[in-house]
Amino acid sequence: MKYAILKKSDLNHWLKHLKDRAKLYAVRKKENLFVFRPVKEVQDVCLDYIPTILPPKKYYFPQKEKLIKFSVQPFKTAKAIDKFEDFILFGVHTCDIAGMQCMDVVFREVPEDPNYLNRKDKMTIIGIECLKYCDQYANCTSMGNHVPRGGYDLMMVDLGDKLIIHINSEKGEKLVTGLDYIKEATQGQMDLLESTREEKKKIFKEEFTGPLTKVYDTFDKSFVSSVWKDVGRKCVACGNCTAVCPTCYCFDTQDELDLSLNEGIRYRIWNSCQMDDFAKVAGREDFRKGRDNRQKHRYYRKFKYPVDKFNRYFCTGCGRCTRACMAEISLVETVNSLLREEKK
Amino acid sequence: MLDREILLEKMRTTPYLPMKAKIIEAQMVTSKEKFFRIQLENKINLGHTPGQFVMVSIFGFEEAPISVCSSPSDKGYFELTVRSVGVFTDRLHKLEKGDLVGIRGPFGRGFPIDNMFGYDVMIVAGGLGIVPLRSLIRYIMSNRNDFGNVQILLGFKSSKELLFEEENKEWMKRAEIKFNCTIDRADSEWKGNVGLITTLIPGVDINPARTYAVVVGPPIMYKFVIRELLKKNIPDHQIIVSLERRMRCGLGKCGHCQVEGVYVCQSGPVFTFNDLRKFKGECHEKAV
Ligand SMILES: Cc1cc2nc3c(=O)[nH]c(=O)nc-3n(C[C@H](O)[C@H](O)[C@H](O)COP(=O)(O)OP(=O)(O)OC[C@H]3O[C@@H](n4cnc5c(N)ncnc54)[C@H](O)[C@@H]3O)c2cc1C
Ligand code: SF4
Ligand code: FES
Repeated sequence: MKYAILKKSDLNHWLKHLKDRAKLYAVRKKENLFVFRPVKEVQDVCLDYIPTILPPKKYYFPQKEKLIKFSVQPFKTAKAIDKFEDFILFGVHTCDIAGMQCMDVVFREVPEDPNYLNRKDKMTIIGIECLKYCDQYANCTSMGNHVPRGGYDLMMVDLGDKLIIHINSEKGEKLVTGLDYIKEATQGQMDLLESTREEKKKIFKEEFTGPLTKVYDTFDKSFVSSVWKDVGRKCVACGNCTAVCPTCYCFDTQDELDLSLNEGIRYRIWNSCQMDDFAKVAGREDFRKGRDNRQKHRYYRKFKYPVDKFNRYFCTGCGRCTRACMAEISLVETVNSLLREEKK
Repeated sequence: MLDREILLEKMRTTPYLPMKAKIIEAQMVTSKEKFFRIQLENKINLGHTPGQFVMVSIFGFEEAPISVCSSPSDKGYFELTVRSVGVFTDRLHKLEKGDLVGIRGPFGRGFPIDNMFGYDVMIVAGGLGIVPLRSLIRYIMSNRNDFGNVQILLGFKSSKELLFEEENKEWMKRAEIKFNCTIDRADSEWKGNVGLITTLIPGVDINPARTYAVVVGPPIMYKFVIRELLKKNIPDHQIIVSLERRMRCGLGKCGHCQVEGVYVCQSGPVFTFNDLRKFKGECHEKAV
């Protein structure tokens, strides 16, 4: 089976089924915003939502993650976690799936990061394709992430009273087979998917004023630019932008001793290149001084460096950095300013 | 299994897990620097290349990157020289012979010794920069016939900061090595050269096409030294530097050591000046 059909009236059945199979995480409303949470009540699950405050990276790259455990006397060390549990992420946007693919590339690069990879091995991804824009901040079309591009087990598309589900892996197939309320999609339903996607093209338009290749070229030439000065003047260095980014993975390590002061855990915790001590060393030399340079670094880590290294843009277009910015710095405007400046 | 295989396997399966290691010798060598001789559990050889570094762990105090200052030809142990500058290094200074530390590594790319075979070598060290270079110097000493003329230029702020004094004397005595040392400011105990290390370079006699210049020192030093080396017509590919950056993982992941698109912990810390030329503005050591 390549495509399956689920009536929306059976969605809660299916969610219950999924919840029995593995730890299930999905989106629910939190005041006016949305968050990924473990599913308690299946009726709380949202499929129509603007990107969650934090991307689902918190489940495969936790904010504070145990790396090793140790004891001082006698000297002992061991992996902190040796068993990871199966989990399902339900209703993930295509932009966030693109974010996972970026992180995979980084942590699979030798030397591999077993902590990350072990967790990812246990993950099943069920995506949902957006048919309308979440809000004005997204730039997923320019990034090419407004449509599914692999990296998931199942992908759902809303066809009115039904969901059509693309089956993309064996792991995914196991979650839809043997259930009497999930059937193989008919030709008519496939045609409807096709026409739905055609309609979508009328709504989703590139948000940058130039194509991505042009954006890349512009970055190549914009290391010195007044745009960075402007962005740097606004930035308050809160680090929100990097925390909410699905492809920011900079970290610090931190040891915590228990009360005996003999045993403890070494954690890795999210860190941000926007913090002013991020690149400082003991001689007090600061290798990335100034908010302008630090913001520039953030942008280059999305539009230039990973393209050179992995042939992949690390901006997914989710719009979170713009939504979360205390200083109202807009990613789309910043990139468009660079493009404009280039043209001059 | 060979020692190298054991270390590679560890790097592959448990890259964050430090190995147990014992301090078998510890000694203050200046008022700020302490020297450690360290043995890995089961006397595994570190098998590093000169210029590589290890991450030293003290539980409760995290880790710090420290250059290996012994030669890979010193078997059964390796050596570190550490300046006390902050939380971790102060704590490390409290450790003595018999104490245990954690070690990960070796990390990074060392000096390109294979490419340097047959060439003349000019070593330029400023202050603590002599630490990784001592590894190279010791390596050259024990493989002396693989290299052409060797000269060492050392610079320190004052005579009190002089490192490896006994070894300096030995290097000085060896006829096949030219040795020159200077201090920035004159003091009563010092009988040698006075002035910045850059003042030593114009006077050296070299065949630039056949010379590798290896430079390690504080960030501020590079620009000036490299300028002098370029005046001597040493090709960009044969000017070798080692960069210091903040480091947390050593694995090219945590982001702290990044210079533009390059992770110093994996692609460095050793670079050629040709590599530095490609940086667009974030590399403080690049000459202008
Ligand atoms: C490749 C490499 C080789 C090095 N070799 C030596 C050596 O042989 N001998 C020696 O004495 N020192 C060496 N250093 C510097 C040494 O790592 C720092 O002095 C040490 O990390 C300072 O930590 P601290 O906690 O004592 O200082 P603090 O100032 O208290 O440190 C605060 C924080 O800054 C970080 N930090 C500060 N300075 C540095 C730095 N220079 N590099 C990385 N992280 C830093 C620390 O990890 C810590 O998180 C080397 C650094 C690098 C990158
Ligand atoms: S969220 Fe905005 S203000 Fe905060 S660090 Fe990022 S860009 Fe600066
Ligand atoms: S030290 Fe972590 S990326 Fe280099």
